[in-house]
Amino acid sequence: MNITCINCPMGCQMVVDKIDGVVTVKGNTCPRGRTYGIQEYTLPKRMVTSLVRVNDGRVLSVKTSDSIPKDKIIHCLNSLKDVIVAPPIHIGDCIVANICNLGVDLVATKNIL
Amino acid sequence: MINYDVVVIGGGPAGMGAAISAKENGANVLIIERDDKLGGILNQCIHNGFGLHYFHVELTGPEYADRFIQRVQELQIDVMTQTFVINITADRMLTAVSATEGIVEISAKAIVLAMGCRERTAGAIQLGGDRPAGVWTAGLAQKLCNIDGYLVGKNVVVLGSGDIGLIMARRMTYEGANVIMVCEVMPYSSGLKRNIVQCLNDYNIPLYFKTTIAEIVGKDRVEGVVIAQVDDRMQIISSTRKYVECDCVLLSVGLIPENDLVNGLGIKMSPVTTGAEVDDYRHTSVEGIFSCGNVLHVHDLVDNVSAEAFIAGASATKYAKGELPHGQSYRVIPQNGVRYALPQRIIAGEGKVKVYYRVDNIYKAPRVVVKCNGEELYSRRYMIMAPGEMESVELDKEKIVGDVVIELEVQQ
Repeated sequence: MNITCINCPMGCQMVVDKIDGVVTVKGNTCPRGRTYGIQEYTLPKRMVTSLVRVNDGRVLSVKTSDSIPKDKIIHCLNSLKDVIVAPPIHIGDCIVANICNLGVDLVATKNIL
Repeated sequence: MINYDVVVIGGGPAGMGAAISAKENGANVLIIERDDKLGGILNQCIHNGFGLHYFHVELTGPEYADRFIQRVQELQIDVMTQTFVINITADRMLTAVSATEGIVEISAKAIVLAMGCRERTAGAIQLGGDRPAGVWTAGLAQKLCNIDGYLVGKNVVVLGSGDIGLIMARRMTYEGANVIMVCEVMPYSSGLKRNIVQCLNDYNIPLYFKTTIAEIVGKDRVEGVVIAQVDDRMQIISSTRKYVECDCVLLSVGLIPENDLVNGLGIKMSPVTTGAEVDDYRHTSVEGIFSCGNVLHVHDLVDNVSAEAFIAGASATKYAKGELPHGQSYRVIPQNGVRYALPQRIIAGEGKVKVYYRVDNIYKAPRVVVKCNGEELYSRRYMIMAPGEMESVELDKEKIVGDVVIELEVQQ
């Protein structure tokens, strides 16, 4: 698997493979690249930020309370289509608990009063 | 006539940071903001990645802004929103237009410029072809999407791989649009590696280097674009012209400090940053006028904006009280691969001074060297340096006894 390291502008092109049950990283220049390569190979995760509708037509910005598996992002976003919230909302308020059973909450990142 | 010690123009991260530090240092302070609320561009930057250096947590833009807004409120700093400054004089009289008060005249002992920057447009880059609807700057598309809830296109071509363009490629994808490609005229991206991976690669959006939009096609609405490769002299290679169907073009082709307000004041401007030239107190060449944030030079991290704003605000208070150090100053001269360094001047004195700088190209294994009167004050080897990442170096002011040179030594 080819992975571009994101830790610095170097952007090392790494090749990550699993050989005899052990994940190996090639092409990294530093230990941070190795750690990142293994994480991206085994379970790549991302924070997700997006919008949900407010019942008066405005939009509310939201984020996942922690990173979620990369391959669940689109599923997570699709589930937001039907979410409509009512003010008042404060930064940090839980909008959807345990979203898509991923073990993280969707929380507000903006005050809507 | 209203009187203040310090008037800050702009209520984004730079303006709020400057106002907070000015107030904490004992001045009475006014922030003038043209929008109906504080926060500036942070309000529309709903992605995360802000505040890692300053707050040691990763926040979204509105969350970062809110922490500063709360501090502004705690300190009971005066704020005029929906108010636009239309004139400043060298003796620091301001004329502003307020939505509620009409014309307002304000006298300030010190002024902090914190108006931010604006985006380069289709006209600014002389984009060829038709002039239909559907060509947007990335930041405006971001505001329409994240603040107002409108999606500006469904099949999108992005020109420019600056961070806003990359962020918007992902944002439009999240909202259901098909982002066809990102074209970058340079052989490298000015955006962060992290954004290329997490905004483009994650969603299989192709990024083409040395490629630009030769022509916009469409009568009323964008129907497509002609893309083409460019040669080493940035000229379009006709044989590579290719039509791509789309209904929307997003431009992420650079930011320009918004200094129009001070054009007539005689502030010495830097031709490189297009912002003011300042000393280490962020004092411009015009007495009592300070500058910070993206109106001074375009930053890549808001944390650096805040740090700069704290300096400008504290300095403005010192000036208002007649306590700002002045006297002998030395130039900071960027050369050999360093595109600019800021501050451009350092006032002789004690303590530390942090010099921020950018390189002019991608360099592998360069050594950064800072010298004063031939004596080396600092050197450090980097694995890699890129124009998109601002670097800094802290120097002892006692050791600065002449002009300071900052340069790269590059191995062939």
